[in-house]
Amino acid sequence: MPAMNMIEAINSAHDVMMEKDGNCVVLGEDVGYFGGVFRATAGLQKKYGTSRVFDTPIAEGGIIGVAVGMAAYGLRPIAEIQFADYIYPGFDQICSEAARMRYRTAGEWTMPLVIRSPYGGGIFGGQTHSQSPEALFAHIAGVTTIIPSNPYDAKGLLISAIESEDPVLFFEPKRIYNGPFDGYYERPVTPWAKHPASEVPKGHFRVPIGKAAIARKGSEITILAYGTMVHVALATAEAKGVDAEVIDLRTIVPVDIEAIETSVKKTGRCLILHEATRTAGFGAELAALVQERCFYHLEAPVSRVTGYDTPYPHALEWVYFPGPRRLGRALDAALKD
Amino acid sequence: MSDKARKPPRETETQARGRNRPSLSLHVPEPAARPGEAPDFSRLDKGQAGLVGRPPIAADAADLRDFPYGLIRVLADEGDAVGPWDPKLAPDALRAMLRDMLMVRVFDGRMYRAQRQGKTSFYMKATGEEAVAVAAAHALERDDMCFPTYRQQGLLIARRYPLVRMMCQIYSNSGDTLKGRQLPIMYSDREHGFFSISGNLATQYPQAVGWAMASAIKGDSRIAAGWIGDGATAEGDFHNAVTFAAVYRAPVVLNIVNNQWAISTFSGIAGAELTTFAARALAYGIPGLRVDGNDALAVYAATAWAAERARDNLGPTLIEHFTYRAEGHSTSDDPSAYRPKDEGAAWPLGDPIQRLSAHLVGLGEWDEAREAALRHELEAEVRVAQKEAEGLGTLGTGEGHRVESLFEDVFEEMPWHLKEQCDAAIAEQKDAP
Repeated sequence: MPAMNMIEAINSAHDVMMEKDGNCVVLGEDVGYFGGVFRATAGLQKKYGTSRVFDTPIAEGGIIGVAVGMAAYGLRPIAEIQFADYIYPGFDQICSEAARMRYRTAGEWTMPLVIRSPYGGGIFGGQTHSQSPEALFAHIAGVTTIIPSNPYDAKGLLISAIESEDPVLFFEPKRIYNGPFDGYYERPVTPWAKHPASEVPKGHFRVPIGKAAIARKGSEITILAYGTMVHVALATAEAKGVDAEVIDLRTIVPVDIEAIETSVKKTGRCLILHEATRTAGFGAELAALVQERCFYHLEAPVSRVTGYDTPYPHALEWVYFPGPRRLGRALDAALKD
Repeated sequence: MSDKARKPPRETETQARGRNRPSLSLHVPEPAARPGEAPDFSRLDKGQAGLVGRPPIAADAADLRDFPYGLIRVLADEGDAVGPWDPKLAPDALRAMLRDMLMVRVFDGRMYRAQRQGKTSFYMKATGEEAVAVAAAHALERDDMCFPTYRQQGLLIARRYPLVRMMCQIYSNSGDTLKGRQLPIMYSDREHGFFSISGNLATQYPQAVGWAMASAIKGDSRIAAGWIGDGATAEGDFHNAVTFAAVYRAPVVLNIVNNQWAISTFSGIAGAELTTFAARALAYGIPGLRVDGNDALAVYAATAWAAERARDNLGPTLIEHFTYRAEGHSTSDDPSAYRPKDEGAAWPLGDPIQRLSAHLVGLGEWDEAREAALRHELEAEVRVAQKEAEGLGTLGTGEGHRVESLFEDVFEEMPWHLKEQCDAAIAEQKDAP
């Protein structure tokens, strides 16, 4: 099996699906001739032609609006929003249109539409190239939200997303495109090639939507994470010698409640880790679910390690970023009794 | 530097005046007349029927830059069809159009009363605007896809969508194919090429363009058409739609229904004081036609012209249908609170049904007795349909919808959290209220 980084895996998922299904089209800013600012669609226009892979005007509302129309026609549009921070002009088309089309037409029209977007921080992108807006979409009925943490999952989940009959938000943690960044920002990042999840089949395969993965088995505490934070959790637990069970949620809606419940009931402790701002973040939903379902198994309060409720900074990125220091202190607190 | 020192010095009002520059003032457009004043359409230049030329289908958009400022009219005041835009339809085709427009009016009257009788929550009439949707439906092919806003019921009626199904949707009863999930009149029917009405404004416009782009990507021959109100052209999605349509030369007809009123807000607030809506086309480099929207033949001809262009891979056309919303925005609106009561009567472009009827009479193909008979026949048809629809219940009466249906169709497969909520809802319904 070839070793792929996240970008290569995402590119390969496009390629496999474009080849397999003539209704797949790719649109977005700079995705055509150039192949995307992160190169996720490199080579696709040359291979599949300009009418299936094309550049769009800088109008995210337009990109998603026309993608909704294309899905209504029967195509399977894969739209790239260049940075998740730019997605807001398309919010109405996602929330009021794509998300509700199956419902409001009683299944007459469905929206097999994928909106991919590089997301998250750790790249010195400042407030407009670093945000993690997943909770905004998790709040919307009818949208599936996926956040992969490695090349294998990225490809398998993107294929599942493209094959889904419902709209999918696919957030790609851009900090881990080239390697599993673990929050130790002073150290060089190991490339994906040295990670087992870089073994990605060339052809078609799926990773199921709505299923979490156990990134590390453990007994002392459950850490719920997704995207870049999975690697931060693994590295921090390792560094602190904590026998943590790290659950990589992979899909946040629908979330894999079984995996969460099983793990928390086993460990009796739960810590939630995400990059996004804290207040009303997806961690709040997870904390509520855990206390509703696992209260009598808990030995410590459910805790959250998150970004701060500020805009994403530039100079103070590593102060903001919920890395090993913040997680380490939270682990100490959660395990002290 | 302390925080205090960073703040820019604040200029006082007197200092500003002292610099001897004129003080600025904000212009907020106001309509020509408000309640209690005489209706005033003196600013409207309705031109003359037959005066605007009809360019060849393949004309370069650059040669059509005057069209947004004229008004394409075919039916003269006396009812004659004149000029190059006269589609020269056979009497049967004219009568079919008249029949559909009259049906919209009869249907609207009946459903408006049903709302007033408490049988449903909401209704929207298209009075005075029947030609805009009906004539377009007659000019388009039956399988062209329409992306309407909420006053194009004429599309469904012209495409012979069953009245009973329209009514069941209005009543949200067990016969409603949309399972009671949408506000009344937010119809949807794939078979009749009528895309789901959103209720959020302008969203359908880029969707129409996307559908048209998809049709072009697949080498199909069907085109799309979208409708938007004058007020909603101010939305970003209008710009999104026309930009994409122009860039990719999408096979789409983009209609602006300028009925001059967005609830209580006159079209000046949407930008109509200084230019026409059709003129927006110029900035995008596509043709813009401005049409007498109360002239069914002009609407038909302009739509046919734009549709043929789109079908010939010549791209989109923006058509402004200049009309007047003769009644309230909806059953929740009372226009006498913001415009003169008799403004509709003073509207210089008349009533679309009367104008087409007068044209047919002039041709010797129609008369009062036949119109009375037709009206009678349509009223009977609507009555029968209403009886059938009400047999399945009105809003909140009859068999209604299963509780489960509240949770179905959010996703293709119901995820665990919706299953849990569904079970809880079913249990909750068994409790005493």
